[in-house]
Amino acid sequence: MTPQTMFEKLWQQHVVVPETADTPAVIYIDLHLTHEVTSPQAFSLLRERGLKLRRTDRTLATLDHSTPTETAQIFGGMPIRLESPRKQVEQLERNAEEFAVELLGLKSDRRGIVHIIGPELGATQPGKTIVCGDSHTSTHGAFGALAFGIGTTEVGHVLATQCLLQRQPKTFAINVAGRLPAGVTAKDLVLAIIGRIGVSGGTGHVIEFRGEAIRALHMDERMTVCNMSIEAGARAGMVAPDETTFAYLKGRPRAPAGEAWDRALDAWRCLPSDPGAAFDREFSLDAADVVPMITYGTNPGMVMPISGSIPGSGDEVFHKALRYMGFEPGQAIAGKPVDVVFIGSCTNARLSDLQAAAAVLKGRQVAAGVKLLIVPGSQQIKRMAEAEGLADTFRAAGADWRESGCSMCLGMNGDTVEAGKYSVSTSNRNFEGRQGVGARTLLASPAAAAAAAVTGRVTDPRELLS
Amino acid sequence: MEPIRTLTSRTVVMPSTNIDTDQIIPARFLTTTTREGLGQSLFADWRYDASGKPLKDFVLNRAQSQGCAFLVAGRNVGCGSSREHAPWALLDFGFKAVISTEIADIFRSNSLKNGLLPVVVDEDTHAWLLGNPGAEISIDLESRTLSLPSGRIVEFPLESFARYCLMNGVDELGYLLAQSGRIAEYEKAHDK
Repeated sequence: MTPQTMFEKLWQQHVVVPETADTPAVIYIDLHLTHEVTSPQAFSLLRERGLKLRRTDRTLATLDHSTPTETAQIFGGMPIRLESPRKQVEQLERNAEEFAVELLGLKSDRRGIVHIIGPELGATQPGKTIVCGDSHTSTHGAFGALAFGIGTTEVGHVLATQCLLQRQPKTFAINVAGRLPAGVTAKDLVLAIIGRIGVSGGTGHVIEFRGEAIRALHMDERMTVCNMSIEAGARAGMVAPDETTFAYLKGRPRAPAGEAWDRALDAWRCLPSDPGAAFDREFSLDAADVVPMITYGTNPGMVMPISGSIPGSGDEVFHKALRYMGFEPGQAIAGKPVDVVFIGSCTNARLSDLQAAAAVLKGRQVAAGVKLLIVPGSQQIKRMAEAEGLADTFRAAGADWRESGCSMCLGMNGDTVEAGKYSVSTSNRNFEGRQGVGARTLLASPAAAAAAAVTGRVTDPRELLS
Repeated sequence: MEPIRTLTSRTVVMPSTNIDTDQIIPARFLTTTTREGLGQSLFADWRYDASGKPLKDFVLNRAQSQGCAFLVAGRNVGCGSSREHAPWALLDFGFKAVISTEIADIFRSNSLKNGLLPVVVDEDTHAWLLGNPGAEISIDLESRTLSLPSGRIVEFPLESFARYCLMNGVDELGYLLAQSGRIAEYEKAHDK
């Protein structure tokens, strides 16, 4: 038999109707995650056409994107302050009730960012097809799932039929040899990859991240890498499941248990790409060459070593981006003053991210004039961070510690960066206005973000870690 | 959706590469529960000043851009977020096609589902279009071609199923619903 890639195996296992020259394949979706922002019009479509939701048991809803993170607005008995987000939250509550969808609602202790709760609950599993009306659905690929973002029309398709019409994408192997040096994180690795292959380098492809450096990453780190596959334009990102994956999942509430666990393991062990499987494209780099990274422009491909200098020249778009950012070509970036630091988002708000931030913040104070916002990825993570004393470290340092949600990653829930201000953010997009109109975003790892918070300047976090 | 067979319009040119969906429609406008009315927020942060007044220099605010249904954009247009509000906003504003050398996957898929035609052209054609804003061009779905004022005909890729849906004004949901028997068989066979 021809050796197959992991993607090809998953694809084949989910073909309901094969593709032809005239029609795309009908692909079965095992898990449909949904949230308040990209679902209302899809539920309306079902209502308009008199359709039922096909598989409520494969649909899970939560509130994260436009949901506020201030405790008072979640638990304090006061309503959500902004009117349109409040209506959106209420709409999902009504839709969930009408269509019998499980909703991890505002006060649920399992609520959180949709791409964080799926894995945390053990609902995200190897071999599954997972979709959500959100481009960062690629996160779930860290488990050896085929997971990708879809638009609202397709959300409606999945609600009604549990299927999608898809053309088979191409495959792209990114081989990462060696090991990441001390003080260099998965975020630095994925930013370095995007810097090399570009923001459309993965268009039309499903990336499989492979190699020794990827195998050495724990699950939180693999999720950070897969999360940002979309920032390279890829349809999805994947990592082959292994003992690290299985150890993470075992015992989680929605993971298989008992005999079902043993059967699942047998199936999951068959998923990794066969030796000699051919990919449409390959790219290789050595993890040992990766250093702490930060973005300087207005897309995630405009990225550089924190210790380096902004390129000296570029095209018109490069200069436009620099004008927006208030930077000059050829400038060093370390030492640039910052106004806001955001530690959160589906990229970097898991427990290990908070631990990395706490390692820098412990015994230190947020610099005068800097605002530090730390938003856990889920209510579970919040509870764990509080039990471990991380929240005490954050508060003692002067940080604002919130309820979970997408928060300042995208300025639509009340958490925003003011125009012209510089924000070092652990999120995934530094697009113009992403964190608020006129906001200037510099993407970096949790350690680098924490370092910027205490020094008030862009700082290589290795300078603060002994 | 209205069936689309041919389209003729002048172009608006936005040469920037990597125009992301956060620019097309910023996140703060996504707190809506309907599809309508997003056109006024299209490119909001490039189009209006802080007080909400139109910026004279922005291309969509210029008199010659009015009534243009084709947006010629730099490479990798529509990257970033999966928000379908981006094609909804473009359509609501009056655009019917987006033309570039590369169009991001999710944006392309969302556009097709709403009758906004994603047209990928070669570098030479793109360079000509970028250099000739306001040119009147025609798009023919049957032949998958774009006609330039010089009479030059340029082919563009368009998947036959998407073309069928656009030309007949039907959406994909009907096709998927018609597969329900096979979906049920699949669920049974795979213990799902």
